[in-house]
Amino acid sequence: MATEADGHSDGGLVFHPMDQFIVKPLFGDGAVNMFTFTNVALWLLLAVACVIALMVLGTSKRARVPSRTQSVAELAYGFVYKMVEDVTGKDAVKYFPYIFTLFMFIVFSNFLALIPSSFSPTSHIAVTAVLGFGVFIAVTVLGFVKNGAGFLGLFWVSSAPLALRPILAIIELISYFVRPVSHSIRLAGNIMAGHAVLKVFAGFAAITAVAPLSILGITAIYALEVLVAFIQAYVFTILTCVYLKDALHPSH
Amino acid sequence: MATEPIDLEAAGTCVGPDGSAIGMPQLCADWMPNQIFWLLIALAAIYFVLSRIALPRIATVLAERQGTITNDIAAAEDLKQKAVEAEDAYNKALADARSEAQAIIAQNKAEMQAELDKAIAKADAEIAAKSAESEKAIAEIRASAVESVEAVAKDTAGSIVAALGGQADDSTVAAAVDARMKG
Repeated sequence: MATEADGHSDGGLVFHPMDQFIVKPLFGDGAVNMFTFTNVALWLLLAVACVIALMVLGTSKRARVPSRTQSVAELAYGFVYKMVEDVTGKDAVKYFPYIFTLFMFIVFSNFLALIPSSFSPTSHIAVTAVLGFGVFIAVTVLGFVKNGAGFLGLFWVSSAPLALRPILAIIELISYFVRPVSHSIRLAGNIMAGHAVLKVFAGFAAITAVAPLSILGITAIYALEVLVAFIQAYVFTILTCVYLKDALHPSH
Repeated sequence: MATEPIDLEAAGTCVGPDGSAIGMPQLCADWMPNQIFWLLIALAAIYFVLSRIALPRIATVLAERQGTITNDIAAAEDLKQKAVEAEDAYNKALADARSEAQAIIAQNKAEMQAELDKAIAKADAEIAAKSAESEKAIAEIRASAVESVEAVAKDTAGSIVAALGGQADDSTVAAAVDARMKG
């Protein structure tokens, strides 16, 4: 990559922590248009491959006493299934495949992004915004389809004094429309920040005196990022469940 | 700076001439359609594979396992019940056998006692018979002995009287001896 070359030619510290997020075509040097096979496409498809490997190949034996891979697949299934059941309710179980798709995609994208010199799709706001707004639109449409105008009761806090209700309604409305923004920026921001920090620490390793400290820092941040990779997938999924619950049962 | 020539046209507005990013690549609108397109493909693929293959399969496996566990627990409960019953039956059989043994012992003891009593009685009777016989024999012997003593005494007395020069008839001597012997 050009980063290292530049660092040496300038003879000093030159950080390009954002270069890892550049989208490039993998074949040829052309412009990136909609259907170009880019590094984003590669790592997205790798995530798909990993999901298939775990959930389909891992469970292919349908063993009553599960193998390790099958155990992990069942663990993931049980984890998200219980989350949907506990947070959203038993009637939301039919939406479980969608939520599980989101969870598996995010968790594998996040973990694949931790491989050095890989690309992290979930650090891109374009990706997480599609996820976040997808959830938002689906949940809103579902809320109106299931409850009709009753869905607006979500904004009309009937337990508050009558005089306060219009004010609360405005606040609720704003917070409702902020949801998809925070939902998507939370994920992208966490992943992007972690990877940028790793790159900055890596840049310091060029100075011999601080290299050990820098490597120690990378190790520590990497451990934190492993945690963040899972926690952000978990947070995204559980918030999806919460939003879905609001759509199915809008009364407070 | 960069060794490879950068096609500025191709790189678009988000990458500088040195090949590094200008600002945040995340905000580069040129790349977003590409990312969204591939993301939707990836999500559709994951959803399709999960909902058609993986999730029904795992649900089946989990349900089967739950069924097996429930069945096994029921079977274990059943076997436990059977074991308890078997133990009860065993204890009952043991108690029965013990009481039967007691009865047999008591019966044997009674039979043996009866036989023993019978044998003792028989032995007693035999002993009594034998001693009666012996007594009779002794009495006979004694009687004959007394008779002999009398005869000897009469003879001896007759001889003594004759030797002393007396004249004694047998009847007198016999009377005298009888008188003496009675005295």
